[in-house]
Amino acid sequence: MVPTATASDPIVQVEAITLRFGGLTSLSDVSLTQQRGEILAVIGPNGAGKTSLFNCLTGVYHPQEGNITFHDDHGKSVEIVGPKPRFAGLGGKSHVRNHGRKPHQVNRAGIARTFQTSRLFNALTAFENVKIGVESRMHTGPIGAMLRLPRTRHEDRESDARASELLEFVGLRERANDIASSLPYGDRRRLEIARALGTSPQLLLLDEPAAGTNPAEKNELVRLIRKVNDERGVSVLLIEHDMGLVMTLADRIVVLNFGQVIASGVPAEVQQNPAVIEAYLGAPDPEDAYDTSGPAEDGPEK
Amino acid sequence: MSTVRAPTPLLRRLWLSTDARRLAACVAGGLVLAVMTGPEGSGTAPTSGFTGSLGNSRVIGFVVFGVVLWLLMTARQRYGTEIRAVSDRLSAAPRRLLPDKRVRGVFYLVLLGIAIGYPTVLNGFWQEVLVDQIGVYVLLALGLNVVVGYAGLLDLGYIAFYAIGAYSAAYWTGALPVHPLFHLNAFYAIPLAVLAAMLAGVILGAPTLRLRGDYLAIVTLGFGEIIEIVANNLQGVTGGAQGVIGIPHFSIHFLGVVYHWGLGSLPYYYLLLGFIVVVLIAFHFLENSRVGRAWVAIREDEVAAESSGINVLKYKVMAFAIGASTSGLAGMVEASKIGFVEPGDFTVQLSILILVLVIFGGMGSLPGAVIGAAVLQFLPQYLRVHPLFGFQQQDLYLYLGAILVVMMIFRPVGVFPSRRRKRELGLAEHGVGSADAMESTTGPIS
Ligand SMILES: Nc1ncnc2c1ncn2[C@@H]1O[C@H](COP(=O)(O)OP(=O)(O)OP(=O)(O)O)[C@@H](O)[C@H]1O
Ligand SMILES: [Mg+2]
Repeated sequence: MVPTATASDPIVQVEAITLRFGGLTSLSDVSLTQQRGEILAVIGPNGAGKTSLFNCLTGVYHPQEGNITFHDDHGKSVEIVGPKPRFAGLGGKSHVRNHGRKPHQVNRAGIARTFQTSRLFNALTAFENVKIGVESRMHTGPIGAMLRLPRTRHEDRESDARASELLEFVGLRERANDIASSLPYGDRRRLEIARALGTSPQLLLLDEPAAGTNPAEKNELVRLIRKVNDERGVSVLLIEHDMGLVMTLADRIVVLNFGQVIASGVPAEVQQNPAVIEAYLGAPDPEDAYDTSGPAEDGPEK
Repeated sequence: MSTVRAPTPLLRRLWLSTDARRLAACVAGGLVLAVMTGPEGSGTAPTSGFTGSLGNSRVIGFVVFGVVLWLLMTARQRYGTEIRAVSDRLSAAPRRLLPDKRVRGVFYLVLLGIAIGYPTVLNGFWQEVLVDQIGVYVLLALGLNVVVGYAGLLDLGYIAFYAIGAYSAAYWTGALPVHPLFHLNAFYAIPLAVLAAMLAGVILGAPTLRLRGDYLAIVTLGFGEIIEIVANNLQGVTGGAQGVIGIPHFSIHFLGVVYHWGLGSLPYYYLLLGFIVVVLIAFHFLENSRVGRAWVAIREDEVAAESSGINVLKYKVMAFAIGASTSGLAGMVEASKIGFVEPGDFTVQLSILILVLVIFGGMGSLPGAVIGAAVLQFLPQYLRVHPLFGFQQQDLYLYLGAILVVMMIFRPVGVFPSRRRKRELGLAEHGVGSADAMESTTGPIS
């Protein structure tokens, strides 16, 4: 871990997590710390465990070992994954097992994400997609909804306004009433970001946001991520294969290979790191890893 | 090059023609239907089933059915897109013809006026059908629509909650062998019956709704069976297989208003109509609320929904409980109207029937649930009075099955689909996403 110049104010700390699927270890002893306000990039060859890391951070997977702690902007710490003693029954010793929060709890704590292959609500309009994100923070229950209480209507108007504002923010205002599945690729990416922002996150995880976008869309995206970070003060954790994009955006980079952190530091350092060069040259398809213009090819089953 | 080929024999040409083969299959299907719905053979005359069902004029009806089915299929193949466009336009017609909110309001009021006025000119039989067969089932379909249509959960034990509502009615009015904590007038027992059904929904839902798709269907199927068997066997509590009688009619004495629901069907009809209107309005609001949208999100992509902060389990249980309470309400009203409950009223077949009503009308669509239930419940009664093709009540499920099969071929979204559902199914057909939360996510999530 490279010590940063500023005083340490981590927003998320990943401590020695290990994630296994049967015999396959997809993350092994991974630690990293992201500072508040930082844009941190996670890079690595296909199958390195980047998406698995995101899934651990968001409660989709629960690593068998290690801790993940999120420190929100209001000084509250939320343990996303951590050991929790379990009583093993009479006579037995209580043992410690890793316990993780559910994805919606993690989202509520302040972490939102996008997916490598965008997962929009395809039959809904762009507007409705964002509104669903916004509304997850509201309080209307079934009774209030059925009776259309004043508070329900108030919340509805409020979420309408927020959703419009977010669509404007990501540059999709004209697309508000288009069905999500009909949007072009780049727009889908931005819509997913808008939906994630709707949940008012303090940390935004973007899984290969530039995959499959054309150069113009990519520029848009870089600007958008900057804006999210600067104007909204959202910390960004970014997985990206596009090195050009990573080098322009990232404050720091963490490199994963075969489920392990092999390097981390500011872009210039990481670029020079022999282990990183080795990892990429040793990758089955170095072309792919270094590709800075075309869309990054996905592994199978993505 | 120009060798003269022997002409293919006619039979062979026919066999090679898909149309002809399909016609043969359709007619054969019609004939099978005729045999299955016809009289049964007996030990002394084993072939009488065949001769009795194929040897008289009713067979003509079934052959015609086969030919019509064939015509429809052929037409669909040739003019599929045109037919779809027309049927879409037809089902969208009400919405297009009634663009203005106020015009639509007037339209609904007129419908309500008809629903209030028309039954008064019907005879006693039809008034009774209107309550027992149509009103109650419209209410049931509306409730199941929340579970299946809105939240995308397959509930095959839905009738269990209806049973719980009915037995609650019996319990609180003192008709059961066990004595209630305090006696209640049936009318005031309504909230308690609804609450009991809702609680049952929550208790069943909370642990099982974690399961996905088919598992949930199996668990609910089992639950439906359990309720029926318990009702049958818990003699000392439920009165056993004979059921219990003596559930009093509703009556109110409230702020000087005194009213008794009696043996007549009409007062019950109006009560049901009132409930249906209230439920329709409430569910309409629900569908277009934060809760309704959360259900759509879950239906479309559960992983994305929970990553967007939606507590998936909570919303599923909520849908389940709302459906259950509606079912309980229907059970309560029906129990009080007919004055008795018996376990035979709560078979799995009925759960399936209600599901068919919802699917037929169009999942996730309120007009669909109402029209689907009304039409499919009205038709058998109509056919009972005016038997066509020798319609017999015990063949009902056969016809329902046939209707479903035909629907799935020609219009899988139902008669009056919701716009969202239709889009989802359209996308699913093109391989984008799934139309339901029913399928499980396997493999890496990325
Ligand atoms: N649910 C799962 N079940 C089994 N194996 C999994 C699962 N999720 C991930 N893996 C495995 O974990 C390893 C890391 O996968 P992951 O998706 O995290 O890689 P990645 O770095 O995101 O790769 P890419 O650049 O291709 O997206 C792979 O070998 C993958 O097959
Ligand atoms: Mg990945």
